[in-house]
Amino acid sequence: MTELKATEKMKEILTNYYIEAKTTTQKPIAWITSGAPVEFLISSGVIPIYPENYAAMCAANHQSVALMEAAEAEGFSQDICAYARTDFGADLTQGGPVGGLPAPHFLLCSTNICKTVIKWYEVVARKYKVPLFVVDTPFLHDGLTRELIDYTVRQFKDLERFLGEFLGRPFDRDHFLEVLSLARDATDYWKKTLYLAKARPAPINSLDSFIHLGPIVTLRGTRECADYYKLLYEEINLRGKQGIGSIPEERYRVLWDNLPVWFKMRRLEKFFEKRKCALVVNTYANSWGGISDFLDPGITDPYDLLAASYLNVYINFGFEERIKYLAKLIDEFSLTGFIMHSNRSCKPYSVGMYRLQEEVSQLTGKPGVVIEADQNDPRVYSDAQVETRLEAFIEAMEACL
Amino acid sequence: MRYFAGIDVGSLSADAVIINEDRVMIAYAILPTGNNSRRAGTDAFDAAVARAGIDPSQVAAVVSTGYSRDRVLQAGESKTEIACHAKGAYFLFPDVGTVIDIGGQDSKAIRVGPRGRVVNFAMNDKCAAGTGRFLEVMATALQVPLGEMDQLAARSTEELTISSICTVFAESEVVSLISRGKTPADIAQAVCRAIARRTGGLVTRVGVADRVLMTGGVAKNRAVVALLSEQIGHPIQVPEEPQIVGALGAALFAIEARAA
Repeated sequence: MTELKATEKMKEILTNYYIEAKTTTQKPIAWITSGAPVEFLISSGVIPIYPENYAAMCAANHQSVALMEAAEAEGFSQDICAYARTDFGADLTQGGPVGGLPAPHFLLCSTNICKTVIKWYEVVARKYKVPLFVVDTPFLHDGLTRELIDYTVRQFKDLERFLGEFLGRPFDRDHFLEVLSLARDATDYWKKTLYLAKARPAPINSLDSFIHLGPIVTLRGTRECADYYKLLYEEINLRGKQGIGSIPEERYRVLWDNLPVWFKMRRLEKFFEKRKCALVVNTYANSWGGISDFLDPGITDPYDLLAASYLNVYINFGFEERIKYLAKLIDEFSLTGFIMHSNRSCKPYSVGMYRLQEEVSQLTGKPGVVIEADQNDPRVYSDAQVETRLEAFIEAMEACL
Repeated sequence: MRYFAGIDVGSLSADAVIINEDRVMIAYAILPTGNNSRRAGTDAFDAAVARAGIDPSQVAAVVSTGYSRDRVLQAGESKTEIACHAKGAYFLFPDVGTVIDIGGQDSKAIRVGPRGRVVNFAMNDKCAAGTGRFLEVMATALQVPLGEMDQLAARSTEELTISSICTVFAESEVVSLISRGKTPADIAQAVCRAIARRTGGLVTRVGVADRVLMTGGVAKNRAVVALLSEQIGHPIQVPEEPQIVGALGAALFAIEARAA
């Protein structure tokens, strides 16, 4: 990872967050999916807990295999998302870096990232005998429509009523709007930070952004989150101005599509650095910059805006839009190629990927490669196979320079 | 005279090629990789040098390729097998458009552009189905030497299907076909067709253009080549020794590395 001063601050924020979550006797705990509207929880004084985030931490700490084996021994299929299996295992054994997650009082799940989360959260709801609130965000086959926004906003209003009843106090809309504004500040800074990588050399790369995702996912809407991303932005911006790259030498600039391979972060970092290949931009970290991205002049109501941004998530929209978006990133970031991680765990992110690669290559004239891997399960990963494909891809980029 | 070497250490065989500075192939060697890939690379190199009748010190540069390319002691640099097969194929046939290489644990289709450069490539996913290892497992199940699978398949009279993608499941299919009294010839033909089907998909992805060349050990199986040719609707040419095309490409890279 690029050595950044901000990293210490992030560690402090996340450590404090987990300590509070594990020790609180006052605040309610809600488990929440990575694409769900956390702003409602933050403004209600509920501590959001992200099983997905925790699963990634387990894998990055090389603890995911034992946890998945525990889940599989309970009967969960190896074909289920490795995040789900890691979390089931962490819950069964109270394992992982913080010894399991604090028990939830209720659950909030949104379908904009996948449909697995519904079954996953139903399992958790049954185990803990707690209510589950689902925000259904339909897939955008043909773009955003008024009906989809209205449908989603109605669910947000239902969610407010649910929170009011569950917490025994009315939902405070004024406070909610303040939280939304802080969320917007944080995502603005996050997006601006990621876009600093347009510079050559890129002062930040995707392996950094995967790590610095923590607060924007978990604490979006808090003051400390907004402050953190301002700090990060300023540091990266300064590096950019001084011409400091994220790797010693940058010859190739590529896009990474899909989640990281959490258990191979260090190896891949060395692999790419040695070959002068900077992972300049990725669709995954960009997903949390979306809230500020949706600037339809016709939409001014904050609820509509919120609905639009939660619907308009990369893996919740159709192929035509994905192709356009990838081609736009390749152009804007002056890329030499793109890597698509066909992620065994994440079907909605990986489906149609070979075709997508062909289309994007044709459209942009840039080489692309698909690698078969997994976000969390090292047992379905082969260093030799992946690295041969990546090296051949780098050779192809060299031939195009 | 100066000489150059390419060493291709794959999962099943280690191949070495020696060429001279006029790009004429002097000697080659093909040895099983066995359980020590480093030694296999050295043995293949030593054997090729001995056959060339030269002293190792006359070899000015060595490039390695294949799965164990980073474990070859003699090599100054390494290249992927994709680049090397394209290079070797272009050297043998300058009008080559598509290279199909089925090796021990990978199968790949490569579109070759001007000057032998890789335009696009597609490889099998993680699974080893449709690769040399697949063929080897099935040959063992049929108790036939690997090199005789195609002759056996040529005697087939009934069309059978092996539908499993997974090598392990496909092996069980073969075993159950045996238990149902199907003939080894028909089963061998079905195995070869399964490989052709799987590889055909890769070829379609990169496209067929001009001369199609098949390299790698599996190209020695004439049944696979014929069925694959039928599958893609295009003739397929096999070089005299398909197994050394990767090593030949690596040797050609060695000349360039020296010149640069």
